[in-house]
Amino acid sequence: MKNSPSKSKLGDLLFFNLTRAVAMLTLLVLAGIIVSLTISAWPSIKTFGFGFLTSSEWNPPAEQFGALVPIYGTLVTSLIALVIALPISFGIALFLTELSPTWLRRPLGIAIELLAGIPSIVYGIWGLLVFAPVFGEHVQPKIAETLGEVPVIGELFSGPTFGIGLLAAGIILAIMIIPFITSVMRDVFELTPAMLKESCYGLGGTTWEVVRNVVLPYTRVGVIGGVMLGLGRALGETMAVTFVIGNASLLESPSLFMPGNSITSLLANEFAEASPGLYTAALIELGLILFVITFIVLSLSKLLLHSLEKNSGGKHVG
Amino acid sequence: MKLSTKRKAVNFFALSMSLAAMAFGLFWLFWILWMVLDLGVGALKPTLFTEMTPPPGEAGGLKNAIAGSLIMVGLAMLIATPLATLAGIYLAEYGQRSWLGKVTRFVNDILLSAPSIVIGLFVYAIYVAKAGKFSGMSGALALALLAIPVMVRTTENMLALVPNSLREAAFALGAPKWRVILMVTLRSAKSGIVTGILLSVARISGETAPLLFTALSNQFWSTNLSEPMASLPATIFKFAMSPFADWQQLAWAGVFIITLGVLILNIIARVMFRSSPQR
Repeated sequence: MKNSPSKSKLGDLLFFNLTRAVAMLTLLVLAGIIVSLTISAWPSIKTFGFGFLTSSEWNPPAEQFGALVPIYGTLVTSLIALVIALPISFGIALFLTELSPTWLRRPLGIAIELLAGIPSIVYGIWGLLVFAPVFGEHVQPKIAETLGEVPVIGELFSGPTFGIGLLAAGIILAIMIIPFITSVMRDVFELTPAMLKESCYGLGGTTWEVVRNVVLPYTRVGVIGGVMLGLGRALGETMAVTFVIGNASLLESPSLFMPGNSITSLLANEFAEASPGLYTAALIELGLILFVITFIVLSLSKLLLHSLEKNSGGKHVG
Repeated sequence: MKLSTKRKAVNFFALSMSLAAMAFGLFWLFWILWMVLDLGVGALKPTLFTEMTPPPGEAGGLKNAIAGSLIMVGLAMLIATPLATLAGIYLAEYGQRSWLGKVTRFVNDILLSAPSIVIGLFVYAIYVAKAGKFSGMSGALALALLAIPVMVRTTENMLALVPNSLREAAFALGAPKWRVILMVTLRSAKSGIVTGILLSVARISGETAPLLFTALSNQFWSTNLSEPMASLPATIFKFAMSPFADWQQLAWAGVFIITLGVLILNIIARVMFRSSPQR
């Protein structure tokens, strides 16, 4: 016998512990990220405390650092992205699950997924050199003429039309997260038991009524999970935003036409040139804040999707 | 208006909007791909592959950037593939129900979507700051950390598709579990695992943000892993943001190469996975 029982047992033990050790490495990476970033950011955390989050001053020569402008930029661009991407993704998912002829579903699904495959640097250069000029010349003036005239929200759509700025960054982020939200929505829509849908059709419901009254209530948790996944992606997106956001640490006008900065664009632009010490520490603290925010958002997303999976017999989505 | 007419009208409106959303999504895809094709093909020339990145105003190519990208992506995959396969095996074969399996799966899914720029900062903090300089090795490490979650996820999913009867047949022959996994399960999930490798390569070869803090960039030819190393995405970033027309031209050529490569990898991965018998 080549394999005596004791030898194969030893092999099993070794192999099991090897795979387990490697799996634990994943947890170690997560802990490592949090610990090492906290240590590297410590000089800044100690110097500025909570004031870091509320100060809008970003002045490297004077060693005064506040995260308000980039945090504002990150939140605003992600919010714009969600407002645009949510209805579009819902429409696409609805089209792919209920409307499209069966033979078209696969190619159209792949086409939308390809949007997620395009590297973010491609979105960036396209956004800066192709999209922003068109946007600034033709679209922004029209937005200013229409939405800009509405009281209260009008101020958001006023000012010079550069093309680049918070709004352009938000729109490009929207295009980038559409495939992620769509893919989750499509997966969860398909979890709806056919019997429930057919019952509604049997009562004479239209396709829209079936979606509105059966599919959406059944998959609500998963839909929110998909939205959170898209939000997590938008918050951390770097290159596309860096190209089009305009890179200005200003917070003077509420207009979305103005250039701004997000956490990621500030890091991408300044980190390699930052002097060691407080400047680098402040940038790393920004990264830590970003990681904590995305970690919370993505965890919520996973928990929501997981609770839907549990109710639907353990199918994996997302 | 009759109620039924109104319901039909609402239905028609909603479905039209859905069609419009689909068209909206495709519109962006085709616009982006068309511009990449249009501007990229115009910038293609054979010297791209034979000359170095030039100073502004001079002719040149992307040789060092392409080589740097290939080196770092290749090295990253050499690090990531064995680790991710082993972790995937643990999740699919040992840890389906254990708490460690559940937590690992959860954390892995988070790392899969976590901002890549934070991974760059992490490698900067544990490697670059300690070594005192930017290096190609740290770039490869950052890319490996980005590839691992993608591969763990696909490996686990592919192993889970292998029918249990295969495992049982091997056990019945008296094989120990580790041999069953290595000789039977892993082998029959081979094409799926190769799919995972291709998708990871596609994912990391376009990554820019983590390289900015690790490999930085290098205007000259360098294969020294302990020195800063050029990469295609970082070069595109620098050239596209510049005001020089010939640099922007080179950036478009680089974008064309990356996009083509990533799309081809995605398509091969799909074809391979479809033709695998386990589907």
